Amino acid sequence: MSSVLNKSITVKSLDPREYFYGHKACAGCGGSLAVRLALKVLGERTFTAVPAGCMAAVGFIYPQLAFASNAIISTFPGTASMMSGIAAGVRALGIPDCHVVGFAGDGGTADIGLQALSGAIDRHDRIIYICYDNEAYMNTGVQKSGLTPFGARTSTTPAGQRVRGSVTRKKNMFEVVAAHGIDYAATASVGYPQDFLNKVNKAKSVNGTSYIHVFAPCPTGWGAETDLSIELGKEVVDCGLWYLAEYEDEQFRLNRNPKEFTPIQSYLEKQTRFRHLLPEDVEHITRERDRRWARIRKSWL
Amino acid sequence: MKEFGEKAFVSGNEAVALGVRLAKPHVIAAYPITPQTTVVERLAEMVEDGSLAAEYMHVESEHSALSAVMGASAVGARTFTATSSQGLLYMAECLHYASGGRFPIVMMNANRSLALPWNIYGDQRDSLSLLDCGWIQFYVEDAQEALDMVLQAYAVAEHPEVLTPVMVNLDGFVLTHTYELVDLPPQAEVDEFLPPFQATNKMDLAKPVNMGFTATPADYMEFKYQQHQGILRAAQVLADTDRAFARRFGRSYNGMVDTYRCEDADTVLVTLGSVCGTVRVVVDQLRESGHRVGLLKLRCLRPFPAAELRTLLANAKAVGVLEKNISLGYEGTVFTNVASALARDAKAPLLLNFVAGLGGRDISKQDISQMFTQLFDARQNSPEQRTIFVNLQVETNEQRLEQVHHG
Amino acid sequence: MSHPKVQPFTRPKHIDDLPQGTSFTAGHLVETTASWRTQTPQVEAEQCNACLQCYLVCPEGVISVVGTGITIDYDFCKGCGICARACNKHAIKMSEGGV
Repeated sequence: MSSVLNKSITVKSLDPREYFYGHKACAGCGGSLAVRLALKVLGERTFTAVPAGCMAAVGFIYPQLAFASNAIISTFPGTASMMSGIAAGVRALGIPDCHVVGFAGDGGTADIGLQALSGAIDRHDRIIYICYDNEAYMNTGVQKSGLTPFGARTSTTPAGQRVRGSVTRKKNMFEVVAAHGIDYAATASVGYPQDFLNKVNKAKSVNGTSYIHVFAPCPTGWGAETDLSIELGKEVVDCGLWYLAEYEDEQFRLNRNPKEFTPIQSYLEKQTRFRHLLPEDVEHITRERDRRWARIRKSWL
Repeated sequence: MKEFGEKAFVSGNEAVALGVRLAKPHVIAAYPITPQTTVVERLAEMVEDGSLAAEYMHVESEHSALSAVMGASAVGARTFTATSSQGLLYMAECLHYASGGRFPIVMMNANRSLALPWNIYGDQRDSLSLLDCGWIQFYVEDAQEALDMVLQAYAVAEHPEVLTPVMVNLDGFVLTHTYELVDLPPQAEVDEFLPPFQATNKMDLAKPVNMGFTATPADYMEFKYQQHQGILRAAQVLADTDRAFARRFGRSYNGMVDTYRCEDADTVLVTLGSVCGTVRVVVDQLRESGHRVGLLKLRCLRPFPAAELRTLLANAKAVGVLEKNISLGYEGTVFTNVASALARDAKAPLLLNFVAGLGGRDISKQDISQMFTQLFDARQNSPEQRTIFVNLQVETNEQRLEQVHHG
Repeated sequence: MSHPKVQPFTRPKHIDDLPQGTSFTAGHLVETTASWRTQTPQVEAEQCNACLQCYLVCPEGVISVVGTGITIDYDFCKGCGICARACNKHAIKMSEGGV
């Protein structure tokens, strides 16, 4: 592989070409930014797989095809296995110097796609699996997924008198893939775009399987203003509800350890999906955050 | 496996593995399921000993197996997978995906019954319940045909007029696990018969594409029509491939349909798969006693040889369709397909459907002889029931035991 | 060409002209998304210091570098306003309306 891979990447050194353009994503879509940036890091010698979900639905409606490099819609449960197959085909055919990347949503990763992801990591194929996490099945109308956070209103976890939104926690996908002993895993957010670029750039040079979980705000599904997606992506990290970390060589590494968290309330109140939460719910969320950080700080630092 | 230079003494499954090795696929991905397992085990051994230079993927489900080979096919690789029964149904969504995507994948299916109840023995309900998914479907009778049809399957699938995935079906256990002597086509000859796959429909770094796209109601039907035509054209491609195969290797299978003593037959049994061998024996026995009977062997169910059936059965007075299948709540699917083809003729023969062998129940010579007897009788007394379950071991309210149980 | 552009497209008239097997040219665009806008970013070039943060965070990729400044492809800008908020120099303002 070329030595350029190990150089750091900046907004000025990014490939100026756009590889995800003219798509039909909602205005302000965090997921589309994640796809756009990752493809600019990876360049034109890339094979992309995208399952049924927002990015497929907005990018591949014949005759409007928004991926400017090679891309294929995969079966919904089979993104990781299709990626493995592409990687095997690339090896068998001796296609040099290229990347195999996949962009699956939270549903396509943590729920219906989990089995295939597990198998792909097990096979140790040279692929970069990127989960863009907008915290629900957004493409089909904002239904709850395994990565919907506690308290969120979705169309299948309505916020009513008896039950106030989702009662489950986000599945910890980062630690699930780490438990597989994956070659490289990272959490990221579109609110920290340089960090995301760095991690995709890092994944390029991993001689094995990489997983990047990028937090991707969805104005439509979350009930937020379209111009707040980057700020929400930053605030979720700053208030501790999301963390930036990496896993490799059996080690976890926390990239950002805030001395003080910004108020969770400030993050929640920008999104109507949390509008119904009572103070006791916010306290619950805060306690959960503190418990997680206590464990992370004890084990990873 | 016992290989003796140009011959080998192998099971049906092993014959498939030998055929696959000769075809030189780039990528193999399969999930184990009885009675397919020995195919993928032999292929793993061939990869290990270096006689097969393929990427061998251990996938964690059948759905992933077909998703994976689609990924490989999408970058231009020749691929192979294999499954059976529950596994075939698990990948059902992917079957439509592969055919709609025009990926020329070849898959071996070990015909096995479907749960519930659970049963690992052979019947044909798995593949026959999926005739609509857009795959070309071959049914083979013996190990030699299995090996040969793997090679022909790639030739048909990859033909630019076809570009459709192909399923090669072997009866579970009865064929997958029984042994016979096969001729091994020499590799150099196979390389000329089946040159390397030159994909036109692929993701190419020099010519990037977006594959597997969405088509709105404004466009979708045209893509389906295009796909449908591709399968229909496979009939001619199969005939040409069979001729080319026969010229090179000395064995012809006659394309979509083969016949045994049908030329002057007034009573014909139409069937598919390994039971054809048994039917030939019974045909000979009945011919000895003066009955003009014949066997019509269906080799390809999609595309369907409707015109061939009408021609070959033009003089038949009674036709039975024997299948290890029932479309629950109606009749056997093969029967439905045959009856539809023959219904175009004003003077269609009398038709009976024999549903036999479900869940691996044996089909004996006596069972087959009894079917012919019922066909002879039916010409005199048109029976009420057209669809007959053969060899049930209990009385039912619909079928008298003596009607189906032989002594 | 740094990004795909809209090109003329005529629907196939014959089945043989249909793309083979749900596969077609990458980066093939036949329509714009300009009509989605209810507000439009306006760049004040004198304020812009070409830090490129707006270019970095635009979900559509419609901002590109031009000389010492930036330009916006209004064919595909959806008016989300992220660029205006990202700009440290307040060089981008969102104006009401789609143009």
